[in-house]
Order: sequence, then C-alpha cells, then structure tokens
Amino acid sequence: MPSILANRAVLVWAVLVAATLLSFETTVLGTSGAVILVVAFAKVLLVGREFMGLRDAPAPMLWAFQSWVVAVCGVLLALFFA
Amino acid sequence: MTTAERRSGGHVPGEEGLWVFIGGDLVVFAVFFITYAVAHRQEYALFEASRRLLDRQLGLLNTPLLLTSSLCMAQAVAAVRRDDRRARPLLLATIALGSGFVVVKAFEYAAKISHGFTLNTNSFSIYYYMFTAIHLVHVLIGLGVLCFAASRFDKAGRMPGGAALIEGSGAFWHLVDLLWIVLFALLYLL
Repeated sequence: MPSILANRAVLVWAVLVAATLLSFETTVLGTSGAVILVVAFAKVLLVGREFMGLRDAPAPMLWAFQSWVVAVCGVLLALFFA
Repeated sequence: MTTAERRSGGHVPGEEGLWVFIGGDLVVFAVFFITYAVAHRQEYALFEASRRLLDRQLGLLNTPLLLTSSLCMAQAVAAVRRDDRRARPLLLATIALGSGFVVVKAFEYAAKISHGFTLNTNSFSIYYYMFTAIHLVHVLIGLGVLCFAASRFDKAGRMPGGAALIEGSGAFWHLVDLLWIVLFALLYLL
C-alpha cells in the first residue's frame, strides 16, 4: 500500500494485536484486571479514532466518542474494582 | 480530509444518519456493559466460576480476526478514496475474516452447548449468550452490508462515487470490532 494512511493503519493494527496478546498473557500471569480493562478501552479509542475516521471528524463527534470511552471505562473500573 | 472539510471542522465518514445509529448502539452497549458489571458484583463467586468455563483461546482467536478485518476495511476505504483497484480484494478479505469470526463463534457455541452450558445454566450464561448473540447479529448485519458494498464495484474493480457507501460500511464494521474488544475483556479476561 503506497499511502501514509495505509502504513499508519498497519502500525495501529500491530499495536492493537500486541495489546490483545499482552492482555491475554497478563491474565494468565494474574495481573490486575483494572489494567486489562484500561488496555481494552485504549484499544477502543484507537479503533474509533484511527479506523472509524473519528480523528478527522468534526470536534463534537470526536469528543462525544472519547467521552463515551472515558465514562464507560470509569464506571466499569468503579463497579469491578472499587 | 480536504481543505474545505478542514475549514468546516472535519469530515463525517459515510452518511450522517448512520452516526445516529452508531451513537445509539454505543449507548445501548454501555448499558449492557454496566448491567453486567453490576450483576458480576452481586454474584461474584458464580460469575467467576462460570466465566472460567469459557474457551479463552477461541475468544482470543476471534479478536485478531476482527482486528485484521478492521485493518483490511480501513485499507479498502483508503483505496476507494484513491480510486485504487485494490479496494475490492481488500473488502473481500474483510468479509472472509469476518466470516471466520462467525465460524469460530459457531464452534464455541456448539462446544458450550454440548457440555451442558446453555442459556438456562445460570445468570452468567444468560449474559454470555445474550451479549455475544446480539454482537453476532451485528457481525452478520455488517457482513451483509459489506457484501452489498462489494457488489457495487464496476467491472474494472472501481467504485466511482462510492466513498460515502464504503466509509459508512467501514464505520459500522469498526463498531462491530470495537464492541467485541470490550466484550472479550469483560467476559473472557477480567
């Protein structure tokens, strides 16, 4: 793929797959579930911003999405681990 | 993003109406996730024992399948914008990987049911089947949308004027991926 976008997308994909494998391994090792949850929502943020194209969307759309990510992650962290 | 779009504050991928649906879906799934967390808190021992019965390897396998399909989708959108003929094979790869997710999920359901882990087993199994089945319906709708988009290429493998269609299809497909990322963490990893 010739474009910068394509290379950037491949980099994002590599980060997403690496984070998935890391989360799986840390579960095996018994690392904190809170870390796994935060990593999952960081992945959601990446998919939304980079793959869905929200990075270049009008600011209200981008901020509505990012607010959803932070709010849902925060509520889940509180319910699971507080 | 064009200069005009940058001046006007950004580019909305696909049709604007689609984003109302995507926003609504995100709100509905947020309620699902929170409801599950509350139930997990209330029946901690049961949920912890039950979720250990899930096949984490199959859950893990499905995640890179969807992530890779999302990469192919993003590349297909970029290719259509460039009027690049590689858009069609990239879209077909997206459909193939998404179909792989459905096959793996079917194996997972069959194995669980054959071991007596059904919808009525306990309250965890209700959440597991309900959430994953609703997500699976999203995957199947997404595959239908992608197949429709794939049928819109001309004989030269191009989709003139198809940017909105491919962007909208892509946005929905990425939503499917995004929701799975959270479901995988909640049901299989936490």
